[in-house]
Formats: sequence, C-alpha cells, structure tokens
Amino acid sequence: MKKLYGVLKAVTCFVFIMCVAVVSSGCSVNKKDYIINVSYDPTRELYENYNSLFEKHWKEKTGESIEIIQSHGGSGKQALEVANGLEADVVTLALEQDIQAIADAGMIDDGFTDEFPDESAPYTSTIVFLVRSGNPKNISDWGDILKDDVGVITPNPKTSGGARWNYLAAWYYFESQGQSEDEIIESMRKLYENVLVLDSGARASTTSFVENGQGDVLIAWENEAFLSMLEYPGEYEVVVPSTSILCQPTVAVVDEMVKKHGTENVAEEYLDYLYSDEAQKLEAENYYRPVNKDIAEKYVIQEDERVIKEVPEDGRWMVNDIELTDIEHFGGWKETTRKHFGDNGFFDRIYE
Amino acid sequence: MRKENKLVKWIMISICALFLFVMLVLPLGYIIYTSLSDGVKSFISSVTDEYTIKAMKLTIITTLWAVGINTVFGLCASWCLTRFDFKGKKVISALIDLPLTISPVIAGLVFLLTYGRQSVLYPLLEKFGISIIFAVPGVIIATIFVTFPYISREIIPVLNSIGTDEEEAAALMGMNGFEIFRKITFPHIRWAFLFGVVLCSARAMGEFGAVSVLSGHLKGLTNTLPLHVEMLYQGYDFTGAFAVSSLLILMAVVILILRNILEKK
Amino acid sequence: MVSLTGYMNKKGQKRVIPGFGLTLGITISMLGIIVLIPLCSLVIYTAKLSPKQFIDIITGKRVLYAYWVSFSTAFVASLINAVMGVIMAWVLVKYEFPGKKIMDGMIELPFALPTAVAGIALTHLTTTDGWIGSLADKAGIKIAYTKTGIIFALVFVGIPFVVRSVQPVLTKMDNSYEEAMEILGATPFRTFRKVIFPEIFPALFGGFTMAFARCLGEYGSVVFIAGNKPFETEIAPLMIMSKLQEFDYTAATSIALLMLITAFVILMINSVIQYKAAKKAK
Repeated sequence: MKKLYGVLKAVTCFVFIMCVAVVSSGCSVNKKDYIINVSYDPTRELYENYNSLFEKHWKEKTGESIEIIQSHGGSGKQALEVANGLEADVVTLALEQDIQAIADAGMIDDGFTDEFPDESAPYTSTIVFLVRSGNPKNISDWGDILKDDVGVITPNPKTSGGARWNYLAAWYYFESQGQSEDEIIESMRKLYENVLVLDSGARASTTSFVENGQGDVLIAWENEAFLSMLEYPGEYEVVVPSTSILCQPTVAVVDEMVKKHGTENVAEEYLDYLYSDEAQKLEAENYYRPVNKDIAEKYVIQEDERVIKEVPEDGRWMVNDIELTDIEHFGGWKETTRKHFGDNGFFDRIYE
Repeated sequence: MRKENKLVKWIMISICALFLFVMLVLPLGYIIYTSLSDGVKSFISSVTDEYTIKAMKLTIITTLWAVGINTVFGLCASWCLTRFDFKGKKVISALIDLPLTISPVIAGLVFLLTYGRQSVLYPLLEKFGISIIFAVPGVIIATIFVTFPYISREIIPVLNSIGTDEEEAAALMGMNGFEIFRKITFPHIRWAFLFGVVLCSARAMGEFGAVSVLSGHLKGLTNTLPLHVEMLYQGYDFTGAFAVSSLLILMAVVILILRNILEKK
Repeated sequence: MVSLTGYMNKKGQKRVIPGFGLTLGITISMLGIIVLIPLCSLVIYTAKLSPKQFIDIITGKRVLYAYWVSFSTAFVASLINAVMGVIMAWVLVKYEFPGKKIMDGMIELPFALPTAVAGIALTHLTTTDGWIGSLADKAGIKIAYTKTGIIFALVFVGIPFVVRSVQPVLTKMDNSYEEAMEILGATPFRTFRKVIFPEIFPALFGGFTMAFARCLGEYGSVVFIAGNKPFETEIAPLMIMSKLQEFDYTAATSIALLMLITAFVILMINSVIQYKAAKKAK
C-alpha cells in the first residue's frame, strides 16, 4: 500500500509540474497585434507583397501597427489544420470547398461566399501549360499532351487543390470535344499515363519540372507558370490552351477565431482591402486575374498570341481568348469531389 | 595469411568508405555546395535572415525541452526498469520503444486527434486559454514524442550489465537514493547517458514529419529550422533553403564533435 | 542497444534500492501523457467504424498496393543496411586506419538532418541530370521517381540503426575465438558464419527491425524522391496524408492504426528474440 501511495504521489506531482509548464508556455499574450492568414502554396509572393501594402494602409487608417503572419501549404492540409484549431484569423484558400470544410466544423458562419464581392474571390486564376523553351514537343492544346512521347507533370488531385483544377480543366476540354463519359475517362487515363511524377502539391510539381528537369509539360496555375518564367528567363514558355477552367480562390474571415482574438475589424478590412485598386493592381502584377474589370483590362495581351515566350515587358500578360468553364458546370464542389476524387470516383477508376 | 588479411581489411574499409561517401558525404556535400553556389554573401544573408534566426531560436528551445524532459524520463525509466521487478514491466518497456517505430505522420495525427479542436479535451484547454496544437507546446510535445526512447535505450543495457550489487551495498550502508545515484550509478552510465543526449538532441533538431503536422507553419511563430527550410524551398529560394540546411548540418556536427571531446576526457 | 527485457531480477528479492515509487510514477505519467493517451484517442476514433467499414478501408486496392510498396522498399533498404551495417561495424571495431574517427562520427548524421532536406538533396542528386543520377542513367538505371529512389532514401534514413547496435557487441567480443579458429585453419568466412554471426545476430536483428520499422513510416524524404504515382511508387504514409486532405479522418486513422499495429508486432517479435538471446547467454 505504501508503495502505491509513493507512485501516486509522484504521478500527481509530475502531472502538476507538466501542467504548469504547458500553461506557462502555452498561454500566449492575449492581446494580439498580429493576425494570421492561412493560405495555400502559390500565393507566397502575392501575400508577401500584399501584407506590406496592407500594413501601411492599416497604419494610415487607424494609426495602429499590425503584423500579418503567413502560413502556406497545400490547400486541403491548411483547411484541415484550421478546422483542427490552427488559430487563423483569415483564410485565403484555393478551393471554396476547403473553406466549406472549415465552415462545417462550425468556425465560419454560413454564407461566407456572399460576405465579400464576386463570391468572395478577389482574384481568379486559370490553368495553363508551361513547356520548355522552343516548345520541342509542339504542345498547343490539351489534345497534344496525350501523345505517347510527352511527359506530363501535375500534382496528385487527391492531395492538391491545384491538381483538382488541372484535372477538371482537362476533363472539360475532352467534354467540349463531344466525348462521352467513357471516352473522357479513356482520354484522362492516357493523360495520367503520361504523368511522370505525381507530386503531393503544386509547388512540388513545379520543382520537379523546373529544378529536376522532369517531363515536357507542366500543367500549372497561371501565376505559377509566369513565376517560373520570371525565375528562369529564357528557359520556359507559357502555352495557353483553348479551354480551361476559372479558378476562384475563396477568402473568408474565420469567425470563431476573430471573436476569440478580438480581431474582427482588422480581419474584415484585410480581406476587403484585397478589392481596392492598389491591391487589384498588385494581384495582376503577381499574375492573378483581378476581378476589377477596368484594372484587368490594362493587363490583357494585345496580340493574338497563345504562346508567351518571355514575360512581357509592358506587363500585359493576360490571354483573354480562352473559353473558361467553372465549378458550377461540374455541379459544385461537393458533387465534384464525391464523383471525381472520392473513393472509387473517376480518378480512382482512371488508375485501375 | 597475414597478407590476405590485410587485403581483406582494405577491401572492407573501401567498401565502407564508398558506401558512406555515396550515401552521406555526397548528399551533405551537395547541400553545402548548393548553398554556396550564389556566393558567400547570399549564404550569410539567408542565414542571418530575421525568420531564420527566429526559427533557430525555436529549434534550440524545442531541443532543450526535449532533451531536458527526456533526460528526467530516461533516467527514471531506466532506473525503475532495471532495478526493480514488477508486473507490466515488459509492457512498459515495449511502450517506451514504440515512438521509434511510429511514422512521424501518425505521431502528428494522434496528437491532432488528442489535443485538436475535435477532441474532448479541447473545450477544457480552451477554457484555460491553453493552445497546444499549432503553437509552441505542440511542437515541443511532438519533438518529445519522437525522441522519447533515445536516452533510456542507451542507459538500460549499461545498467543491466553492471548489476545492482554496489547500489545494494550502498543502500544498506544508509545512503539515500540520490546519493547512490550520483556517486555510484552515474559514473557507470555517464557515457551511455551522454550518447543518448547527443542522439536525442540531434534527432530533436532535425525532426520534420510530426512537427510539420502540428506546427501550422506560422512564419516566425512556430516554424522550426527544418520547417523553415521547407518553406524557403517551396518559395523557390533553393540556395537559401540549402544554406539553412547546412546550418543544421553544422549544428549536428558540432554536437557530434562535442561528444567526441567529452568522451576523450 | 540490447533488449529492455533482457534483465530479470530474481523473484522475491527484497527491494533495498530506493526510488521505486518516484521513478515508476514519473515513468508512468510521462508514458501516459506522451504515448498512451494519444494512442488511445487513435483507437477510439477508429472504433467509431464498424468492423466491415474498417476492413473495407484497409483493404482498398490502392491502400494494399501502398502497403506493398512500403513493405518491399523498407525491407530491401533495411537488408542493405543490415549488410552494410555489419561491415561498417566490423571495420570500425576491428581495424585501425586514418579517418576512422570521422567515419565513426558521421554515422549519426542522418538522424540530425531533417528528412525533408535529405529527400530534397537525394532527389537532386539522383535525377537524370544529378551527380549520381547521370552516371546511373548511362548504365540505364533510373533512380529518382522509381522504387530504387525510395530504397535509396530509406537506406540513408536507416544507416545508424544496424551499425550502432552491432558495434558494442563486436567491441565486447574478445578475439580469442577468432584466433583459435584461425589456428585451427578455418577460413575467415567460416569463422564469421560459425562464431561471429551467432554472437551478433540478436543485435543485428534488433537493429534491422528498428531500421525496418523506421523505414516503413518514413515520409519526409520519400515524398520528394518517390514520384508518388498510384500503384507504382505511392507509400502508405502518403496514403494517410492523402486521406487527411480529403477530410476522411476515419480512413486516415484506420490506415494509421494498422501501421501502428504492424509497428507494435515488429517490436514484439524483436522483444521475443532479444529475450531468448539473453536467456541463452545466461
């Protein structure tokens, strides 16, 4: 009995010490002079620039200084972390569905797509091809990447938000060619047979293509493609296919967390300011398509050109002659996920 | 016979050298080579970057915590497992080893389930304003988990092999527990203990998988050095990423050299 | 690294050494907070599934293939490490040569290097334009983005395990047996097989299982080098991650639980072998 008592005593003491230790290190300062923006992979450069713009704006407006702390990663993973308690004040993710998952966890109030203009998507993007300089495999549209000798790089739609857009853009092309469902699956199978590396995220794919020299064509976010051209001048070309998909990265305020942190105002303003002229320009300069039509107009490419050999000096990079479908065409994200990317969905069937 | 042995000796040595060269020296060399490919200046600027320094601080704090807690635990566990006999001893020793064999991804996942927002513990933690997951404590706990068995695994075999005679004698002579430990046991296990600490701190510094699940990648807040490396790499800053990696290699090498120096004394 | 279970106190011995309550208390509470409670939550989470759902998830075609990839590559990698580990331990213990200290000190480096960094560096080295990859390419071998690449990364991760378990045993073994065998005219190979190998076997096996278990769960370095193609180079930990991305917690925890059980079984097998070896030694 005495023995047991000793054990108990030690356990209590120890647990107490552990608790004190955790509390002392876990109890961060309650008053916050920063907000956390949880975003997805390709927006690093954009938000780095935008944050300094906003910090200035906030200082001018309120006289307070604010710091924005960024977190980047695969869109799905980021949403998962927020839903599990990552204390994000705002989320700026690749898919509406990822934000829906946070809303499903009860942290964001319903109707977040109506909270800000344009379905809460201040900028959009699309899916294009990045090929090696001179376009040695003559790739101009989706049909060309099915050829046997073409090596394709795209991330895994199961783990990457960007990859889902890639997949759907390809699907839409084959659909618009009048193919039946079985034929589309056959075409998609051919496409994914050509895939050399199926990375877990968009950035990892870009690295495989650019740094490690894998494949002939990278299916990528428009901004990723231009960024690669910018980083490696003269080595790559952007090819804009005839059809693609309108990607609407959604933004939202995480209601539960801003209430907890008392950061409603600044979080709200942070997202709202994304629609300001300055921010819209910044987005366009980072190769996102701003929703403000007047500003977007200034970045539209003049010549009738689908292949962009180098980053245009006049800043006009946007190819507008492209038929864009959107997620509504596929019946919304919920439906699409179940049908295409869920267990035994079309994507699984492609690989069977 | 002698000659043949010599030949065998050198063949064996060269096999080892070749293996280590390809598997260890080349990758590490490649990292250092790439980190310097843009010149020393850019190397220094990436290493002294504000966020690198913050990440380094966090890594050091985490490592200290992990080593500290695992030292207490390792000493206690090995004392109680080798000096006493009790029911459930085997289970305890198997459980201690378990973290070694668990995928860091799973380790991250289980902590997410235990202390995350969906867990039953969350409201309780919330009430006291404690955040574990996606905050520094989470990073520390994950690191403690992956380095859990390192110190005790080193000490236990030594304690087993020296037996208990000396300690029993000392106890009968009326020495108290701490004195016995300090004067009699510790000198025996000093090297094993030190080796455990070295392994533990090396592993703690480099842990990526579990920490990456639990940290939330908040730049400047919960990014450890390995996560910072990943972040730089994903941001196309390859030389920066490799520069910070070589910093980690350097820290590891320093720890290993320290061990050698201490061992000689 | 000898078994934890190797030592048994004589039954009924009176405890004269103090500190039982304190040390056991701390051990149990630490185990509870760090290991037991989290692992229980995993089991509880999975228990929400019916057995049939659970079995359906863990026997999905892709999941099964991912296990196969993980197991086969981890096995081959640990085997390579076992062979190389014994040779390296032998060289480090039995021979004197310049640079030995450095070689000895290097062994732990894979522990300290973040697995992601290792993965990145190895991938760069082994793609067709990398330093190693270009040589291998000439010989017609592709390393990066194939199973060979996965094995390559896993060998890197597992280097320290076998060396560090065999080394102390070899150090302790005195040379008299070998010398006797030599005088009796046995070939070195025979000496190794008959005398040395049985001695180091438990330690070797212990190191091997540790390396194997570690490789089985390795994620950070493998995702970079694997190519991650379903039914080809997709590993089990990646399946867990990908299930998590789909918000499919239950599937992720099911696969995780299975891997956890595997790890535990591996440990138990090792434990039994170590125990037997220790008994035999007595």
